[in-house]
Amino acid sequence: MLLAALVSVATTVTILAVLLFESLGFFEVVSLQDFLTDTLWTPLFDDPHYGILPLLAGTIVTSVVGLLVAIPVGTVSAIYLSEFASPRMREVIKPTLELLGAVPTVVYGYFALLVVTPALQLLWPDIPGFNMLGPGIVIGIMILPLVISLSEDAMRAVPMVLREGSYAMGATHLETAWRVVVPAATSGIVAAYVLGVSRAVGETMVVAIAAGQNPNLTWNPMEPAATITAYIVQVALGDLPHGSIGYRSIFAAGLVLAVMTFAFNILGHVMRKRFREVY
Amino acid sequence: MIKRRKFFEAWFKALGLSALALAVGTLVLLFGALLIDGIGRLDWQFLTSFPSRHASQAGILPAVVGSTLVMLVTACVGIPIGVAAAIYLEEYARRTWLTELIEVTVTNLAGVPSIIFGLLALGLFVYMLGLGSSILTAGLTLALLILPVVIVTTREAIRAIPVQIREAAFALGATRWQTVADHVLPYSASGILTGIILALSRAIGETAPIVTVGALTFIAFLPPSPMTDQPPYLSFEWLMSPFTVMPIQMFAWVSRPGEDFAANAAAAGLLLVGMTLAMNGLAIYVRYRMRKRVSW
Repeated sequence: MLLAALVSVATTVTILAVLLFESLGFFEVVSLQDFLTDTLWTPLFDDPHYGILPLLAGTIVTSVVGLLVAIPVGTVSAIYLSEFASPRMREVIKPTLELLGAVPTVVYGYFALLVVTPALQLLWPDIPGFNMLGPGIVIGIMILPLVISLSEDAMRAVPMVLREGSYAMGATHLETAWRVVVPAATSGIVAAYVLGVSRAVGETMVVAIAAGQNPNLTWNPMEPAATITAYIVQVALGDLPHGSIGYRSIFAAGLVLAVMTFAFNILGHVMRKRFREVY
Repeated sequence: MIKRRKFFEAWFKALGLSALALAVGTLVLLFGALLIDGIGRLDWQFLTSFPSRHASQAGILPAVVGSTLVMLVTACVGIPIGVAAAIYLEEYARRTWLTELIEVTVTNLAGVPSIIFGLLALGLFVYMLGLGSSILTAGLTLALLILPVVIVTTREAIRAIPVQIREAAFALGATRWQTVADHVLPYSASGILTGIILALSRAIGETAPIVTVGALTFIAFLPPSPMTDQPPYLSFEWLMSPFTVMPIQMFAWVSRPGEDFAANAAAAGLLLVGMTLAMNGLAIYVRYRMRKRVSW
């Protein structure tokens, strides 16, 4: 049984080893400076460029759009669920949110491409069929259940006495929620955002389906662009020979992604632990 | 003044309700869109045909078979390892740096994007171990992917068993393993089951890691049958067979231009969403019943 438990350690170590090993092969050919500063990513062209910036920009733009949806909607929903909703209502809403989080990502990709983007085209007719706005919004909806449930947990962990103190001073529900509960639960709520970011950054199928496949260094969400994850999918769908530079490039891209998500995950868990210790 | 504060209060309630309605509404919209586009294609022909260049003749049979076989491997590998790891961590492990390390890696793996598991599988299973783009590779990949979910939910279920139960067993002279096998596991079975259902429902919808290990998007045959007419009547050839799964099939159809293929994608999506919602519903139901019944 100890062996079974050690599988998780082995998996983590192997992930890092595989990513580093293949990336080392990649960086023998490509200098780190080119990788970080070149503004073109065209590993499969005759004139290859290996700048991660366009992919990184795509990842950042879709994630930011996602967060702009998930943070306000998620926070308001969590406050409502934790402070206003009746227990019966919570009983119904929480499983529904779980279902929202359980829908396969490829289905969300379909939704982004064939429902959300056409709807956006009604508002702004010149949006292209592939763009970052639609998938970004859908990513926001996807991470909503995570953000809501983690921040609601944080708020419910705030002791009742703090609320009662506030009511005794004549504060309304909303004033208590906003000036007492939310500040007291801040680190837990921020941790929820951070873990949401990590999920958004690593989201693959939605952007691979609906954001386009061309690396494009832009900060405009109305334009199409590939993300790190979409690039990996695109290369994996083709038939690249094992050991070629194109093959290794997906591991280098994966390494960047893994470093980003590791960092966000650790930050998020440290913050969650901190708010748990306070009460 | 008080009126104003009351007004804000009411205003926020409306805001909160509409935020939640947005979330729930999306689910309804998503399901509605799939239903409108896909229900027309979801018939017997669709379920029993191979993919085709002609959208109207295409079907999802190899993908359904592929998903079933991949899930079989995932369940056979992921569940025993996950449950064993959870039992070890809850019932046997002492607080050492090693258990600390295991816990950190479990939490961490739960947050690793699924496509990274795909890259791991591509480097390790497909090339280093030479398993190729097979059902076995896909099953093992998903088993690793669901491991943290199985471990975390199993631990929660085990932890909910009061310590008195264990002490009573020990007092009667039971060994640690007898206590676990005869008391802890049976009492926490429904909780563990909930976790397993949720984990498998996640695995069945996973697309990215399966793309990375090289599932085919167009496949016109079925894997070799697991049953043969010669002794020993069981064959494991299917483990090494190329394959496709339902989410990959849907992805392939979504990526093709044309409304006909979009309808196929919607039908596949309907099937997928239906299955995951059914599995999740079952899990929620099991948990709900369990909560009602338990009275320590």
